[in-house]
Amino acid sequence: MNDITSQNLNELIKNIKDKKVSSEEVTKSFIKRAEKSKTLNCYITEDFDSAINKAKKFDNKPNFNLKLPGIPIAVKDLFCTKDVKTTAGSKILNNFIPTYESTVTQNLWDEGAILLGKLNCDEFAMGSSNETSFFGNVQNPIDLNLVPGGSSGGSSAALASNLTPVTIGTDTGGSIRQPASFTGTVGLKPTYGSCSRYGIVAFASSLDQAGPMAKNVKDCALLQEVISSYDSKDSTSIDFKRNNYSKLLKNDIKGKKIGIPREYRVEGMPKEIEDLWIKGKELVKECGAEVIDISLPHTNFALPAYYIVAPAEASSNLARYDGVKYGFRSQGENLIDMYEKTRSEGFGNEVKRRIMIGTYVLSSGYYDAYYLKAQKVRKLIKNDFDEAYKTVDAIITPSTPSSAFKIGEKTNDPVSMYLNDIFTVPVNLAGLPGISIPAGLDNKGYPLGLQIIGKAFDEQNLLNIAYALEEKINFQNNIKEWWIK
Amino acid sequence: MTIDLKTVKHISKLARISIDDEKAKKLANDLNSIFEFIEKLNKLNTEKVEPLTSIAETTLKLRIDEVKSKNIREQILKNSPDKNKDFFVVPKVVE
Repeated sequence: MNDITSQNLNELIKNIKDKKVSSEEVTKSFIKRAEKSKTLNCYITEDFDSAINKAKKFDNKPNFNLKLPGIPIAVKDLFCTKDVKTTAGSKILNNFIPTYESTVTQNLWDEGAILLGKLNCDEFAMGSSNETSFFGNVQNPIDLNLVPGGSSGGSSAALASNLTPVTIGTDTGGSIRQPASFTGTVGLKPTYGSCSRYGIVAFASSLDQAGPMAKNVKDCALLQEVISSYDSKDSTSIDFKRNNYSKLLKNDIKGKKIGIPREYRVEGMPKEIEDLWIKGKELVKECGAEVIDISLPHTNFALPAYYIVAPAEASSNLARYDGVKYGFRSQGENLIDMYEKTRSEGFGNEVKRRIMIGTYVLSSGYYDAYYLKAQKVRKLIKNDFDEAYKTVDAIITPSTPSSAFKIGEKTNDPVSMYLNDIFTVPVNLAGLPGISIPAGLDNKGYPLGLQIIGKAFDEQNLLNIAYALEEKINFQNNIKEWWIK
Repeated sequence: MTIDLKTVKHISKLARISIDDEKAKKLANDLNSIFEFIEKLNKLNTEKVEPLTSIAETTLKLRIDEVKSKNIREQILKNSPDKNKDFFVVPKVVE
């Protein structure tokens, strides 16, 4: 048997069911490794003692019919966890202890999983490098001083460094797929309405989706079938037939039609990424699927539209942080002064920047020029995909326009940071499912990902295509354990 | 279009985020480069396009209007930065 922490989710489940290892042993192994991996700064809050107790409890009365029997899991610190501090990576929530549980995490615990702790992320999920977190940078295990991507950067780093067998993140404009791509892991952003948003700290409500991150597609499929559920507590949750994705997973994609959108060939994209895309196309053909050139003509307008819609919704969602009912409060001379000081001291620079953008585009006299315009562009982008899906079953693109970059490299130029999400943002605007799978290494040995975009509610086909490609690609991550102490 | 210092101050007032002059200048620069990028959208004629108002084309479900949470006062007040027995406490607003 491999070292416990390097096993994938399905291996761990099998070994626990076969009683080759107990939940307690598994849990303690991940905790021991986390304690040697503090340099990575993956955790904001550890819940280790409680995890060991829960594991012991499971071992005393095991239920092997559950989908995640006694499996310890760390999750992004954007999910509210009852009685466990939930910060969203922000000073303003640094003392917030939820009295309720998010639906997505509750689904994990109901299937036997055990909370290890809460993982670092960009503040309120606003960022592409985990550098906006109040709790500091996260190190990408791939190389020293490399960002793990964002906003689910603690999640991607913890997964790639074997601190958790799988994890969940959230994706508003690429926050699952981009960090997965930067760390050589698999990340799925499900169809909007697939996973409940109840109990997830809100960023941009019409774009936010929770999703699984895993070491392979099969683990990802299993986790998706656990977390995806209809939930009356989220008014945008959609009641559709959810599959047992992992059971129905198959690598036969013969006859499927896969689209290659010409607009994703962007200026200045490294040749390695272009080559990777071409390789992806060839592999699709080898699997017996058909490759079709398509056009998504409004792709170029997705990112500017996103930077109106997302900040507008954020400025509205974050109005609740006023120092009155929960969270950080600064002392003020009067009520207004208290609000202004609390928000000024409690939020970091990127969050303030986005609140300001959002407030501006929604302010009197500007609504039509910005917000309404962006909603119209969003419609055009959705129409592009609807048109494409008349001829293809799925679409393949690169996940990101570059591999992981160095910490500090892009912090002074917000627009260059935003460009990271150029390939992932259109998917959120159109509410579609998208998955990033590792597809190769660049000349520095850093992972590169391919993104597959599916039809709404068609996670099964999306996962099948990813599964078939994963087998052909046979990706090997190159991680030297430089951080272990 | 350029966003000047006065506009930044006005937005910060609307957003209830206090900001000093030095930071406001830096923010004005950032916002101008972001809006230069955003204004690419003006190249697109959207006169005849209906705005997208909901990504999920379903009608909202109705539910029975009933109380499900009972006796949760303590839970609600638990994270309050300043409270007495039954209330959230804020700085004095009435003289």
